[in-house]
Amino acid sequence: METSEIIEKLLFIGLLFLITLGIAAYATYLERKVAAWFQDRIGPDRAGPFGILQPLADGGKLFFKEDFIPAAADKWLFILGPGIAMFTSMMTGAVIPWSSDIEIAGNTIELQVADVNIGILFIMGFLSIGVYGIMIGGWASNNKFSLFSAIRASSQMISYELAMGICVITIVMLTGSLSLNKIVESQHGMNWNVFYQPVAFIIFFICALAETNRAPFDLPECESELIGGYHTEYGAMKMGFYLFSEYVSMFISSAIISILFFGGFNFPWMDHFNGNTLAILGVIAMFTKTFIFMFVFMWIRWTLPRFRFDQLMHLGWKSLIPMALINMLITGIVIAFNEGWFN
Amino acid sequence: MQSLSNRKKVVSNKKMTFLERIYLPAIFGGMWITFKHLFRKNNTLKYPEEQRVLVPIYRGLHVLKRDEQGRENCTACGLCAVACPAEAITMVAAERVKGEENLYREEKYAELYEIDMLRCIFCGLCEEACPKEAIFLTDRLLPANFERDEFIYGKDRLVEPIDQRIDISKRQHTGKRTEL
Repeated sequence: METSEIIEKLLFIGLLFLITLGIAAYATYLERKVAAWFQDRIGPDRAGPFGILQPLADGGKLFFKEDFIPAAADKWLFILGPGIAMFTSMMTGAVIPWSSDIEIAGNTIELQVADVNIGILFIMGFLSIGVYGIMIGGWASNNKFSLFSAIRASSQMISYELAMGICVITIVMLTGSLSLNKIVESQHGMNWNVFYQPVAFIIFFICALAETNRAPFDLPECESELIGGYHTEYGAMKMGFYLFSEYVSMFISSAIISILFFGGFNFPWMDHFNGNTLAILGVIAMFTKTFIFMFVFMWIRWTLPRFRFDQLMHLGWKSLIPMALINMLITGIVIAFNEGWFN
Repeated sequence: MQSLSNRKKVVSNKKMTFLERIYLPAIFGGMWITFKHLFRKNNTLKYPEEQRVLVPIYRGLHVLKRDEQGRENCTACGLCAVACPAEAITMVAAERVKGEENLYREEKYAELYEIDMLRCIFCGLCEEACPKEAIFLTDRLLPANFERDEFIYGKDRLVEPIDQRIDISKRQHTGKRTEL
């Protein structure tokens, strides 16, 4: 690897880091605004015009609060929990292709941090590690409610990852590759996977809601029963990290959904463009799709009530997994038929 | 049994149909309802900047009236305190001495008159009970406070100042006395 290449990658990582954090910060603002609109209210409008400085005010407040650790808590794990939560949700962004290559002064720049050829496995892996943040935080707090929340979070993640993984397998079967770049390339133009795999899309979307702990699957933080669950004992920026990592993973999940099912940076009539124009339009297409899904995440949160835990398990194990399996089986049969196995 | 109100609903525990069991139609229905709310006018009143228009007979903060010569109307009869359902009013009566005729209208007056605004329910029964047209509710709002004892209003805040009379003509004129 040349030095220039390393610098280029580092710059891109820094940029992506800033963009992800900025989007996560403004997602909190947007969430409050969207909630307000859905409830016929105005929402935050005091900090700056239309309240756009609200995330800065919130962040500043969290930074200047007392960094408190309960006496009975396991100190190191207590600090580690929010760190892991934030780290894992930021890491998943590393393999996402944001657009096709850009050319600046003769250098080709990939708009992707790492083109790993098992990109989707990498994402699934980090999604699974994400639960450790919640689990460790809940365990280290030494609080019944936090512990309950940690247990709920881990069983929920395990149950929904299965169905999610099976949906990913169907997509991988269609594409024939685990690389996110190949998956996006195979959906050139309007040839999006959602038209071939609508069932897989619905199952994947439901699982993504459950994996990011968003309503109606926000049982780990369930205010009415668990007083906030795993972050009951947390305060200041450690609490901020947990809340923030939820929005980061919401952003990344939306990006993954648009890559797997909605063609990533592909958009209709993309063959009329080439070079940098295509890349920039691709970035716009990618972010538009991501933001639409983030809005849908919020829309669902402010529409549906929370599931009961037995309903959650019932849905995960008895409905989503069999449906995903049948869907995978049918996809396999159709692929085999197309390849002439039955002739 | 026959329903008298016509609002009786028979509760049934019937099995859900397939469409109901997969929940998706209900979920999309709910999302459509919330989506329609996106475009609805909000009902928020940005309070310090915008103020609600009160009806003319709004029952807000009390005032102890003076007559046109600036004498206090209240004679500390205690009927308002008796009428008060929240027992918010308390008073101590005193006798008018010579030289105070320009301050108090009759021979007896309230030396101390307190309304606990945290107890008051702004029902207006004190105003109805008053035989001397001394106490009225006005369209002023009760301001917020940090301390609980700030809510006990004494005569310093209840009696209207002589130079800035408080208009109560929008409240119903009880007509108990012809000339005020």
